[in-house]
Amino acid sequence: MASRIDQDQVQHVASLAKLSLSDDQLKYFTTQLDEIIGLFETLNEVDTKGIEPTSSVSDQINVMREDVADNWGQSKALLANAPDAENGYIKVPAIIDESEDE
Amino acid sequence: MNFKTTIGLEVHVELKTNSKIFSPSPVEFGDEPNANTNVIDWGYPGVLPTTNKGVVKSGIMAALALHAQVEPHPHFDRKNYFYPDNPKAYQISQSDKPLAHDGWIEIEVDGEKKRVGIEEMHIEEDAGKNTHERDFSYVDLNRQGTPLIEIVSKPEISSPDEAYAYLEALRQRIQFTGISDVKMEEGSMRVDVNISIRPEGQKEYGTKTELKNLNSFNYVRKGLAFEEQRQQRVLMSGGQIQQETRRFDETTGQTILMRVKEGSDDYRYFPEPDLPALNISEDWINEIGSEMPEMPGSRRARYVSKLGLTDYDAMVLTQTKEMADFFDQTVALGADPKSAANYLQGDVNAFLNEKHADLQDTDLTPANLAGMINLITDGTISTKMAKKVFKAITQGKEPKAYVEEKGLIQLSDPAQLQPIIDSVLADNQQSVEDFNNGKDRAVGYLVGQIMKQTHGKANPKVVNQLLMASLKK
Repeated sequence: MASRIDQDQVQHVASLAKLSLSDDQLKYFTTQLDEIIGLFETLNEVDTKGIEPTSSVSDQINVMREDVADNWGQSKALLANAPDAENGYIKVPAIIDESEDE
Repeated sequence: MNFKTTIGLEVHVELKTNSKIFSPSPVEFGDEPNANTNVIDWGYPGVLPTTNKGVVKSGIMAALALHAQVEPHPHFDRKNYFYPDNPKAYQISQSDKPLAHDGWIEIEVDGEKKRVGIEEMHIEEDAGKNTHERDFSYVDLNRQGTPLIEIVSKPEISSPDEAYAYLEALRQRIQFTGISDVKMEEGSMRVDVNISIRPEGQKEYGTKTELKNLNSFNYVRKGLAFEEQRQQRVLMSGGQIQQETRRFDETTGQTILMRVKEGSDDYRYFPEPDLPALNISEDWINEIGSEMPEMPGSRRARYVSKLGLTDYDAMVLTQTKEMADFFDQTVALGADPKSAANYLQGDVNAFLNEKHADLQDTDLTPANLAGMINLITDGTISTKMAKKVFKAITQGKEPKAYVEEKGLIQLSDPAQLQPIIDSVLADNQQSVEDFNNGKDRAVGYLVGQIMKQTHGKANPKVVNQLLMASLKK
């Protein structure tokens, strides 16, 4: 099969998504993604000559919210849903410094 | 070998809107952690962002202030990356069609004026804030969704001094639009810099390094100067520059390797499907343009040509919009411009430094400063008395009422002063004789006696005139 995506690319995307794949999975998903891309290529059959590319297919334009603050008072409930919280903070495993945060 | 330096600056400016860019949560600092967050800020499944019109408007104001072209059809893109302060695992930013492009600002270094181009500027959301402890990290999402404008310079800055001047000019122009406090020390202005050098005559840019931890304009200048030298040393000794991120060390003034960059970041930008398209009309841009405050450069020119101030005065007064507005209003209320400029740079600045306050947070008003200056100009009070009056107006007191209440009215009427002078002369014949024998110092003593008699209220200028006339009789 003509390959539209190779194992290196799948491996790269998987690592960006923080997924680790076994060799078998890598082969399996590469074939599967290749087929999915193939399916999308059907769209190439549509004649798009003279049609401007767009980034949005919604018919809504310029729907904006006025700059008015409204606190929905959800912080307690949200913190209760966090896996762990302390003193109002979300508690997470220590972030090892790849941080650019101050 | 001579080298040419190329510096790029990416400046993030935090906007002081009421609400966040994609959710109505308040933009407030110093509140309890996570107090100003809702399901949208936390990136819960099924929530929808909505664009804050105030942010788009602020962005257009910044674009106009930086002479940039506003994009009629900007759109948002998702920038994908994982980090604990980024709950959606993507940041809504702009990549493909940013809000504005191709701007410029004028800078001046050693008397040489130069235009520095701005590649593009876009609006995006800020991330939350992490704090780190030994075994755990803690996330506060209050800042998540705070609106930012990122302003990217063209590679036209060719020295650390130019970088400094660019940042100063940029800060001022943004500050004058009123959309941000643009304070590095408070994080409402953040600067990322990159620098490369290449031998004179070489066309391609050299490999660039990025610098982090530059928390003031001065550190930007110092960090760049160090890095410029370091890269030269590496190239001169036959080495190669690596693409790397370096950290500026404030104590040593050096840059230290943080990490080497391999390949470029892969953020997989794609158009944000959850936000409706924007269509920015010429009318809206014009309307915003007509409401724009006067920019610092235009004010400086006006202060010098119309009000007769020096370039230096004009520069100091246009450091912040609040100061320039205060000056304009004081002058509009009839105060002598030079006196107003002197008071703002002298007593007012000293007062602000002492209180660690911004002008707008004090009880000083243009009306009261103008009132005090007018009292000096018309001779009602002396500049010495004005010291007391100044203290009173910093407490919000009305100068005329204060002067009357305290009996600070300066004695300028010759009909009242002459009898006092006569009696002082009569009582101090020795001094009069000394004066006649050429001892000018005697005058000072006599003036002192007259001031004493009037409890310091006599107008020194009038006293001097009358005294000299009496002595020469």
